[in-house]
Amino acid sequence: MTAPRFTKDHEWVRLDGDLAVIGITDYAQSQLGDVVYVELPEIGRHIEQGKEAAVVESVKAASDVYAPVSDEVAEINDALAADPAKVNSDPMGEGWFLKVRLADPTQLDQLMDEVAYQHFVEELH
Amino acid sequence: MPAQNGPPLRRTPLYPLHQSLGARMVAFAGYEMPVQYPTGILAEHLHTRAQAGLFDVSHMGQALLAGADAAAALEKLVPGDIRGLGPQRMRYTLLLNEAGGILDDLMATRLGDRLFVVVNAATKDRDFAHLQAHLGPAVWIDRLDDRALLALQGPAAAAVLERLAKDIAQMRFMSAAETTLDGQRCLVTRSGYTGEDGFEISLPAAGAQALAERLLAEPEVKPIGLGARDSLRLEAGLCLYGHDIDETTTPIEADLAWTIGKRRREDGDFPGASIILRQLTDGPARKRVGIRPDGRAPAREGTPILALGGAEIGHVTSGGFGPSLEAPVAMGYVEMASAAEGTALTLAVRGTARPAHVVRLPFVPHRYHRAYPNQPPQAGESNTAEPAGGTRR
Repeated sequence: MTAPRFTKDHEWVRLDGDLAVIGITDYAQSQLGDVVYVELPEIGRHIEQGKEAAVVESVKAASDVYAPVSDEVAEINDALAADPAKVNSDPMGEGWFLKVRLADPTQLDQLMDEVAYQHFVEELH
Repeated sequence: MPAQNGPPLRRTPLYPLHQSLGARMVAFAGYEMPVQYPTGILAEHLHTRAQAGLFDVSHMGQALLAGADAAAALEKLVPGDIRGLGPQRMRYTLLLNEAGGILDDLMATRLGDRLFVVVNAATKDRDFAHLQAHLGPAVWIDRLDDRALLALQGPAAAAVLERLAKDIAQMRFMSAAETTLDGQRCLVTRSGYTGEDGFEISLPAAGAQALAERLLAEPEVKPIGLGARDSLRLEAGLCLYGHDIDETTTPIEADLAWTIGKRRREDGDFPGASIILRQLTDGPARKRVGIRPDGRAPAREGTPILALGGAEIGHVTSGGFGPSLEAPVAMGYVEMASAAEGTALTLAVRGTARPAHVVRLPFVPHRYHRAYPNQPPQAGESNTAEPAGGTRR
């Protein structure tokens, strides 16, 4: 697996072969609080970079999750239906949202690397 | 806090305490308020149901109404039986407009010949102006802006407070007592907005932090933010003003007919009485109901409610996740044909049809302190499953 790349909307994406694994960052889950529901797209749906791809709900509110890359959804994390709290406990691991089969992996190049993202988060405070 | 448009946010006397406890502060009703502490909304909610939670509700509006027959004067504006309130007894009531719409909901407590009222934070200036304009020259309003308001809620609340003031656990639900807590004179009511047993404590702002710290030092007590306050009141089926009730909803539509006193119905002498009493007789066109989505997806405020045939019959006014039920819950208004318990509905959540059912409110049974051994309930006291608790935002 490659090192993760990050969006300004606090999603992460990393390559696992030709699949791009997508989730939300630790900062995002900490801001949301306890996740109680995750709505994931159907497999086969084409998602568009920067457009909503999923919805994550805390006790308090629903928030959109935006696609960090464009292409077809190949897999979704069904385990989140039974245990959405995985998004809080392991956002970069078991709390992943979906996988996209990526024809053009250079899409990741325009996203922030970990150091740039940490700077970005620090500047929010 | 991020920059806000409009006037600067106000702070309650407990602001420094919230900061030291690591609260996340949000703008709410013109105040900077704690939405949650580091443990999070879920844990705060469950802790309140299991033990005791301390809430800062100092943003709410407190006032004393004094003067010749303040109770009769207030009755001109509300449908509740205020004149019939016994000493130290309190009641949930509604400020109504001439169309029978709800201007605010409030608590009114009789203290001798005065009334102590607590109104919502977002509407308090408007409410007090309304009272000033309509109570008449014989009644004056003493706004208690220099007082804080704490709520201690949960099954351990009485045992905790008993350590500070002997016999306070003997207080009856919906009654008030003036007492000394930790060396400070307080006005304590046995009431709240969580569906649990509990107390609200009014005291001078200067002493609020010391009392809050004293209560938080008890092992059962944790600080609770507005996030859990909202999920607790939603599970308890209690209305949030500006969401579940407002100027466009009447008490009958809101399923709050129980707040209209028997004598008041007979006399019909409150604002909007002709409309409200007609709805009471003929039935309203729509009603606030409890809704349980069949699946896991929460239905938030504004979600369209459809009948099974697909016709839109209302919308969700409060909705989210109920931590005690581990399931989504909602309230909303539906046409009467779909208001019966068990009616199947469809919720249009982000455009996706989700099945749901009408259920009886509250979602989580109230656990108010209603047991009075060897003592029958007094006339006028709610002795049913009616939500006689608070009503706050």
